[in-house]
Amino acid sequence: MTRYIIMRVLSTIPVMVLVALFVFLMLRLAPGDPASVIAGDYATAEDVARIREQLGLSDPIVVQFLRWVASLVQGDLGTSIFSGKPVTELIGQRIEPTLMLALTTITFAVVVAVPLGTLAAFRAGSLVDRFVMLFSVGGFSVPVFVLGYILIYIFSMTLGVLPVQGYKSPFTEGIGPFLYHITLPSVTLSVIFIALIARMTRASVIEVLEEDYIRTARAKGQSEMKILTRHALRNAAVPVVTVIGIGIALLIGGVVVTESVFNIPGLGRLVLDAVLARDYPIIQGLILFFSFVYIFINLIIDLSYTLLDPRIRY
Amino acid sequence: MSILEVTNLTVKLPDGADRPFAIEDVTLKVEKGQILCIVGESGSGKSVTAFSVMGLADRRALTPVSGTIKLDGEDILDIDDARLRKLRGEKMSMIFQEPMTALNPVLRVGDQISEMLEIHTDLTRSQRKTRVIEAMTDVRLPDPEKMYRSYPHQLSGGQRQRIMIAMALTLEPQLLIADEPTTALDVTTQAQILKLIKDIQRRKGMGVMFITHDFGVVAEIADHVAVMKHGRIVEQGSVAEVLGAPKDPYTQKLIAAVPSMIPPEREVATGQIALETDDLVKTYGQAGLLGQGRVVKAVREVDLTVRRGETLGIVGESGSGKSTVARCIMRLVDPTSGEVLINGENIASLREGQLRSHRRDIQIVFQDPYRSLNPRRTVGQSIVEGPVNFGLSMNEAKARAAELMQVVGLSPDALERFPHQFSGGQRQRICIARALAMEPMILIADEAVSALDVSVQAQVLDLLDDVRKRFDLAMLFITHDLRVAAQICDRIMVMNKGEVVESGFTSTVYANPQHDYTRALLAAAPGQIGPAA
Amino acid sequence: MTDQATQPAPGAAAAKDISLARIALRNRGVFWGGAVLLVIALFAIFGPFFVQDPTALNPINRLKPPGSEGLFGTDMLGRDVFSRVINGAQVSLVVGLFVAVIAVALGLFLGLIAGYIRLMDALIMRLMDGLMSIPAILLAIAMISLAGATLTTVVIAIVIPEIPRVVRLVRSVVLTVREEPYVEAAISAGTRVPTILVRHVLPNTIAPLIVQATYICGSAMLTESILGFLGAGIPPEIPSWGNIMSEGRTFFQLTPWIIFFPGICLAVTVLAVNVVGDGLRDTLDPRIARNMR
Repeated sequence: MTRYIIMRVLSTIPVMVLVALFVFLMLRLAPGDPASVIAGDYATAEDVARIREQLGLSDPIVVQFLRWVASLVQGDLGTSIFSGKPVTELIGQRIEPTLMLALTTITFAVVVAVPLGTLAAFRAGSLVDRFVMLFSVGGFSVPVFVLGYILIYIFSMTLGVLPVQGYKSPFTEGIGPFLYHITLPSVTLSVIFIALIARMTRASVIEVLEEDYIRTARAKGQSEMKILTRHALRNAAVPVVTVIGIGIALLIGGVVVTESVFNIPGLGRLVLDAVLARDYPIIQGLILFFSFVYIFINLIIDLSYTLLDPRIRY
Repeated sequence: MSILEVTNLTVKLPDGADRPFAIEDVTLKVEKGQILCIVGESGSGKSVTAFSVMGLADRRALTPVSGTIKLDGEDILDIDDARLRKLRGEKMSMIFQEPMTALNPVLRVGDQISEMLEIHTDLTRSQRKTRVIEAMTDVRLPDPEKMYRSYPHQLSGGQRQRIMIAMALTLEPQLLIADEPTTALDVTTQAQILKLIKDIQRRKGMGVMFITHDFGVVAEIADHVAVMKHGRIVEQGSVAEVLGAPKDPYTQKLIAAVPSMIPPEREVATGQIALETDDLVKTYGQAGLLGQGRVVKAVREVDLTVRRGETLGIVGESGSGKSTVARCIMRLVDPTSGEVLINGENIASLREGQLRSHRRDIQIVFQDPYRSLNPRRTVGQSIVEGPVNFGLSMNEAKARAAELMQVVGLSPDALERFPHQFSGGQRQRICIARALAMEPMILIADEAVSALDVSVQAQVLDLLDDVRKRFDLAMLFITHDLRVAAQICDRIMVMNKGEVVESGFTSTVYANPQHDYTRALLAAAPGQIGPAA
Repeated sequence: MTDQATQPAPGAAAAKDISLARIALRNRGVFWGGAVLLVIALFAIFGPFFVQDPTALNPINRLKPPGSEGLFGTDMLGRDVFSRVINGAQVSLVVGLFVAVIAVALGLFLGLIAGYIRLMDALIMRLMDGLMSIPAILLAIAMISLAGATLTTVVIAIVIPEIPRVVRLVRSVVLTVREEPYVEAAISAGTRVPTILVRHVLPNTIAPLIVQATYICGSAMLTESILGFLGAGIPPEIPSWGNIMSEGRTFFQLTPWIIFFPGICLAVTVLAVNVVGDGLRDTLDPRIARNMR
């Protein structure tokens, strides 16, 4: 068991190295001289030379990669070209709104989607089921920003009950203003997750309800409600938890867009500003940061399987 | 007094099924202290009968249209769900074919038994636990205190079925319905479970409705027998009447098809040696990066020889390594060490390129007739694939295929059809034709008749014996069923845990087994029926 | 079960593939989704010949509401929104189609190799794990901002993150099928590996891949619009639903329709694609339902 955990943790290392390699190569393999790409269209020859020096671009590519990995291992994600600040510091300044948005979204999505999916499975073929399936197909089809604008139009511009944009920290400005501002972005972003999780919950519960042990429970005289809560849900959990893990990738993309729509000063905005400013160390650093977060969360989810299903013992 | 009385029960199948009714006009009784066996082949409606009594049949697909099911005087078809739930567990309970899937994999087995008490009684948690431990002791599970906390996957098949029995009997119901409860178990475990069910039934005076396809099991356990065919009961009566003097032709046919445990006289084969293995070993797994990895020795130093015109049987329970031997010989898995000699040439470590020319000499028929043929390809395409690989022209291959269709008892126009248009037995015939199309020296039958109903099984066995003679094949016959082995094998090898524990002429081994394991296996074979029974 | 054949089906071999398409069309989702897509495709192909120039500036009629000046009104430069939306449909459809085809082709190739050649399996799958860990949108934004925004770079940037899911799907099918007795029978019959792959393994991947391709198509359209919306997509000279909406952001409170019209068109298109995908999944192979998404 312990051995498995160690192995599993170690197995993330090659994946992280690969991610680092992708991100590294992306910049080097792009057409043109990376230094002048980074420096931008209006840079002078000195600027380009300075950037080349700063990024060590004259060294052999292997040396560059190893040096970069070495600095990554020390927790150094690079330095912004324009502000001169370390990327880690910038992430630290901007992480709170993003984290809060992600947490409220995931929580809301799970709380809504799991009961919805279970209900749909339990009443497969019914009106409720059709509604849930329709909602989930719809949820996959509307782009998150369009949804955001529709909600802004309804709740902010027409009804005037929620603010158009902005973010208030729950730590410095109180929980009330925080919720008041986070509701719309969070609901917007959660729609696709509700679709994703409800769909998987439904499929998984339907499959479990076909299992022999459900029949055994019926043969014992157990009630349908208890069969659902006691026998079906826990067995259906692994695929649902897996899909939440995969959904993290989707969430990260969604955060960038949602922050942009609702003008939330988080990591998503940091990326977009960096793209506009062509501040590549920030883009690189953030992609790596998000990828590592994804790998870490999926590691935790993998390890949680042992708690959900006693058959999984490594 | 009857605990269960089923009268004129008819259950409708959904529209578009191959027949209008799943069961028709079924009338039967289970008395107190009596075991009723319902016997039938697949599709006979025996399980539908059992599930209808429990009220577990899917009402949307299987609708009871007439008749009554009276449990202790109360009509199951006439009561509401709450009452039905109360009766389940308290007055009747059920055990199933697959104890692994019938238990919830994520709950401890003790808690699953305890759930029965939780539903139907007001006992406290600790009282329930005491009762569960008692029930577990009752079915002779070792160390119940510890086993209470186990999960299903940590137990053996037999232990799981004991858990199921303990669960079904905690509330001492008057009726136990057992749906093929030993079919998924090894023969020695089956014997123990049958004995357990019979013991408990006698002690508690329960009525038991026991569903099975196996007349051996019937002989072992039944007081009364009902034989079902196509949804109808064709014959019922006491076990002595039905087994001793069957009246219905179908019953007679079924009983005649049950292979006898007494091997017939066979000539000693003198053909040349076609297949030989020497110290064949297969191990799975390897040393891990951190410390010891798990290594499983599936096959340990197996030596065998098969002559042309001879059938060698390998007999063993699940996990004995018998199928691994076959797969090593076929080179579907690579042997870890040892030699596999085909006509004197060692193929154990040949590379795929060199191996290819030997492939035609040795062919195999698998267990599962439904997965052995590519569903997307016609029977003809499947049969000609091999010969064409080895240079036969398409026309010659087709002609050969048509000839072989007749050999295996099918019409040549079957070649144009797809596998799903054939029954299981017919598909096994097709697989035999496919193997023969390669003109092999050696034919391996890996549990080739195990998935078939007994009447079909007998026909396919005859066919295998027939083609062995006709084409002078060396046949390696892998099976778990001692009765089948008795009928077809010249010599047998008994395997246990990867090792050959005994081998010799079939008649010698059956008459005078030397090894303890062989003796246990032979003793466990259910119901040696015949005039004596 | 008696040992008798069921009804013979004459000419089953020839009819099989045609009937597959016919059965699929009998599904309501496939039919209606397909019909909607057909209409949208016709608009995208022939529409541009009938509407005015989507790039024609008309500064006097800026930000006009729908109906007063053109069916969908005008944008901040006075361009006709209806004309831009009709023209933008091409980009979405082309991106969706190309991304689906390329991702499936590459994924099929890599998945077959990973599933059948043990040595390559670990290597390919680790690469895919790595690729999957990078958030798709960020990867696309970064690639496009490095390589410049053209239709080609946008398609490539969207294709790359889609490949791992196809590879995983194909590999899992291959791993299941190669254990089937009929494949082992083919090995025993001396059939060579490439033939086994094409004859026995490949046909099993087709149904799940068709379904997966529709989902990829839908998600590619969404990604394209998001890239356009964030200003990292196809440049505004070529109207796309994404960049029309991007330009509509500034005046959203004043002229919400500039976002809503292309947004609704996009949602309807993607919805139609997804409905077709669900219908295909239900008809072609219900067992694969769980592996999707």
